[in-house]
Amino acid sequence: MTKVSMTINGKEMSGEVEGRTLLVDFLRQNLGLTGTHVGCDTSQCGCCVVHVDGRSVKACTMLAVQANGSKVTTIEGLAAADGALHPVQAAFREHHGLQCGFCTPGMIMSAVDLLQHNANPTEHEVREWLEGNICRCTGYHNIVKAILAAAESMRGGVAHAAE
Amino acid sequence: MYAFEYKRPASLAEAAQLLSGDDEAKLVAGGQTFIPTLKQRLAQPSTVIDLGAIGELAGIREEAGGVTIGAMTRHGQVASNDVVRRVIPSLAGMAEVIGDPQVRNLGTLGGSIANNDPAADYPGALLALQATIRTNKREIAADDFLTGMFDTALEADEIIKEVHFKKPDVGHYEKFRNPASRYAIVGAYVTRYGGTVRVAITGAGACAHRWSAAESALGGNFAADAVAGLTVDAGDLNSDIHASADYRAHLVKVMTQRAVKACA
Ligand SMILES: Cc1cc2nc3c(=O)[nH]c(=O)nc-3n(C[C@H](O)[C@H](O)[C@H](O)COP(=O)(O)OP(=O)(O)OC[C@H]3O[C@@H](n4cnc5c(N)ncnc54)[C@H](O)[C@@H]3O)c2cc1C
Ligand code: FES
Ligand code: FES
Repeated sequence: MTKVSMTINGKEMSGEVEGRTLLVDFLRQNLGLTGTHVGCDTSQCGCCVVHVDGRSVKACTMLAVQANGSKVTTIEGLAAADGALHPVQAAFREHHGLQCGFCTPGMIMSAVDLLQHNANPTEHEVREWLEGNICRCTGYHNIVKAILAAAESMRGGVAHAAE
Repeated sequence: MYAFEYKRPASLAEAAQLLSGDDEAKLVAGGQTFIPTLKQRLAQPSTVIDLGAIGELAGIREEAGGVTIGAMTRHGQVASNDVVRRVIPSLAGMAEVIGDPQVRNLGTLGGSIANNDPAADYPGALLALQATIRTNKREIAADDFLTGMFDTALEADEIIKEVHFKKPDVGHYEKFRNPASRYAIVGAYVTRYGGTVRVAITGAGACAHRWSAAESALGGNFAADAVAGLTVDAGDLNSDIHASADYRAHLVKVMTQRAVKACA
């Protein structure tokens, strides 16, 4: 067993893991952060997306030991301390960007990563970016709508330049 | 996954020592191929040596007019790097169509070429861009590096340090993506260095290879029409649930022609 420590959602957390323990299992089983889902466990669906040192990754395809010493953000870490939703979360609710909700944590974490380096994506860019996130319910349309709306509200309500 | 011991060396020398001291040890880079392999219990390493903390393996620099990229450089970093985009824009474009954003945030150059998946994109770039693979032991020319399906000239205890890509006058990578996995069903990477043309085909055969008939034809006349009359033998090509060998043979020509057009 190896001791790992990470700053998860702004808090120092540590635990004992095996070399083979996946980051997603460390989050869910050791720390009880079950907002991060496991859909496929084969690196395809993106339900398990979290941020490690600011970049979105599939937590089912990273070892917990590989994230030792990193800053990790999960879906539980997005809302403000007073419970106010992150603009992307709020937009998913407003635009009906989810049905069963299973894919939603990964979709939102992926979208937040997109918007942090492209504040003004086109619809095409949003759809391309979601390549690694699979949704079995919505048909993606409202997910894309929610992400474009979140981008707009995060820019302070300015509509897309191309529109 | 079977249990293993995990090591995270801080230098290339230390990693090489750990690897050569244990026949059952394996390297992990971005883990995007290796971790799925471990999950399926297709590998049972005693020790997993993580290359993630080795500074010597990271970074991108301009060298001799071309670009040198450290083995641990992530696909996403290559896609967005200013030096790569300026010197060899077609290489940045290739990195941008690998998998999905999360795979590109972890997957590395070294891991991709060491694995040499028949459908991977980087092996074609090695051939098209006259790359030199530098390991902890020696330099290997791209034409000698790819030896077969999932096989390379690397010795069991050899570690890729960096890869040097030569800048072409023009180049383009055209990929017919598998709609589900995004791996290449067929990809064609075409480059021109003066009067010499390279055509690297990925996804079609056992591993990336050059299409020499197209290289000669395009050397005389660098236009899509120059390859129109050539035939691609389907006999050696892959056939699977995604595409038949005949369909792949057809795509080899179409992707090559599109790549040539995009070079213009
Ligand atoms: C959903 C998905 C989609 C993908 N789509 C594509 C695609 O479209 N195109 C494509 O090309 N690839 C694709 N990939 C593969 C991806 O690019 C991998 O990142 C890559 O093949 C392996 O790189 P890695 O850094 O993850 O290596 P790892 O998985 O860590 O390692 C792979 C192998 O290389 C060895 N190795 C790693 N680094 C070195 C080194 N420096 N020296 C010697 N040996 C080394 C390891 O021991 C291991 O055997 C996809 C992967 C996934 C999960
Ligand atoms: S659970 Fe990680 S990609 Fe599906
Ligand atoms: S909302 Fe059900 S899988 Fe996306």
